[in-house]
Amino acid sequence: MSAVNFCDVRKHYGNLQALKGVSFAVEEGAFFGLLGPNGAGKSTLINAMSGLVVPTSGRIEVMGRDVIQDYRATRRALGLVPQELIADPFFNIRELLLLQSGYFGLKGAVQRAWVDELLERLALTEKADCMTHQLSGGMKRRALIAMALVHQPRVLVLDEPTAGVDVDLRRTLWEFTRELHKKGHTIILTTHYLEEAEALCDRVAIMQKGQIKALDQTSALLSKHAYRYLKVVVPKAFLQAGVALPAALSALLVETEANALIFRVEKSHSLNAVLGQLHQAQVPVEDITSRDATLEEVFITLTAEPVIEEGCHA
Amino acid sequence: MLNWGGVWALFVKEVRRFYSVAVQTIFAPVVATLLYLLVFGQVIDSQLDVFSGLAYSQFLIPGLVMMAILQNAFSNSSSSLIQSKMHGNLTFVLLSPISPLEFYLAFTAAAVVRGLAVGLGILIVGAVGFDLSWQAPQWILLFAVLSAAMMGGLGMLAGIVSDKYDHLAAFQNFIIMPLTFLSGVFYSIKALPDFWQQLSHFNPFFYMVDGFRYGFFEKSDVSIWLSLMVTLLFLVLVSVINLILLNKGVKIRE
Repeated sequence: MSAVNFCDVRKHYGNLQALKGVSFAVEEGAFFGLLGPNGAGKSTLINAMSGLVVPTSGRIEVMGRDVIQDYRATRRALGLVPQELIADPFFNIRELLLLQSGYFGLKGAVQRAWVDELLERLALTEKADCMTHQLSGGMKRRALIAMALVHQPRVLVLDEPTAGVDVDLRRTLWEFTRELHKKGHTIILTTHYLEEAEALCDRVAIMQKGQIKALDQTSALLSKHAYRYLKVVVPKAFLQAGVALPAALSALLVETEANALIFRVEKSHSLNAVLGQLHQAQVPVEDITSRDATLEEVFITLTAEPVIEEGCHA
Repeated sequence: MLNWGGVWALFVKEVRRFYSVAVQTIFAPVVATLLYLLVFGQVIDSQLDVFSGLAYSQFLIPGLVMMAILQNAFSNSSSSLIQSKMHGNLTFVLLSPISPLEFYLAFTAAAVVRGLAVGLGILIVGAVGFDLSWQAPQWILLFAVLSAAMMGGLGMLAGIVSDKYDHLAAFQNFIIMPLTFLSGVFYSIKALPDFWQQLSHFNPFFYMVDGFRYGFFEKSDVSIWLSLMVTLLFLVLVSVINLILLNKGVKIRE
């Protein structure tokens, strides 16, 4: 069963087409990454899924229920951690979590225990009686995650949760979301940190200009990339001397680091040939490492190509 | 079926919101209104005869109470909504399974509570310091609740359509304030020239003040039933417009 199903979703703001017929499905239990440059339509899409944005046309289902017709059921099934660090000037964290529980009709000792557990799990217990404006950005982000989880939704959507967050907190959030995923939650993550998506997501969609550019298993997306990258470590003096490389090697060179040359080599191209060319050019090789493309490199390549159209997964 | 738990939680949140700043939301309007009472009631009490046999202060107090109820009920829902929009914390409610009707009920009920709290504060001081009569308390309560609900709804409408505090201030200063001041709070419309008297009949707040005042001494400028009908009509009208806007998500859900 699909946790979320988008079918030809369109959203226009006047003449601006924020979503141009987006169709895809996120399977239940997936850790799904939604990537794309700024203005690609990622936030519009997840806001439409959670009811903050009304699509111009198309259909979105969460756990098999329509988000417009059956919004009560879909909002109970969905938790959204919004991108903006929202604050409420009148209530402390614990009060906000209990009020939010109340909106879902949840109260009593069991719910209070769950709120306490959330506070503890997100290291917010000591700050539970603080007002939101007294918290650091990282603490506010944790509070927003707790807010999204008060009703224990089956689908959790995180809209750039680690933006502006320090490395420690980023790791903590990664571990927390991994744990939620292991417990059976479907996780949908939008992020600008592609290494984050690569590390966490089993499936990835790349959006551009309101459309889906690519959609696949993360590993498949990486292996589909037609290039591998060869890092050739050389003495600094060689690079400082400015020795010109032969044309065949120059064509493959994509980056020069302080003491290394990075070549992008087609997977069909023999590595022996490249090594032979390095030898012929008398490049003083100290070390060589080869790696596949990163998601970032796939992302850059794909977002430079024209957009593909996807069918509806109804 | 209504999500009553959600309505209650949102209502409690709205009441706690204004209660947490009670000096500003309850005590300040009570004191401000009592100043009107002091100036107008005490100073010109003996110089005016509005309704035969009534001191001006007796006439004035119900009007001031209703004016405070109207303005504070309006303020509550309008300021809460625009603040929530500006701070972004309205998102929390929008992500919950609370329906447009439930949202409307909770906000309006909280506005009624604030309006009545301020009105009661003024009434208590007025009853202690002045000779008030309570001829028909059921009408007092009915008009207080219906009018506060109507103004709570109107405040919500203003909060929905306003994009910034400036818009709301314009609504408050150029529509609500003049209509409440010109609704017969300080005078009987029978004392006005014919043109202004006729014009007053197009002001819905006039009927709310007049109906409310009837509850105190069973005297009014127009029939109590006409006042009730107009108040109910505007309450229904405001409610319907709000529900249409909330259902469409106008300026709340993009």
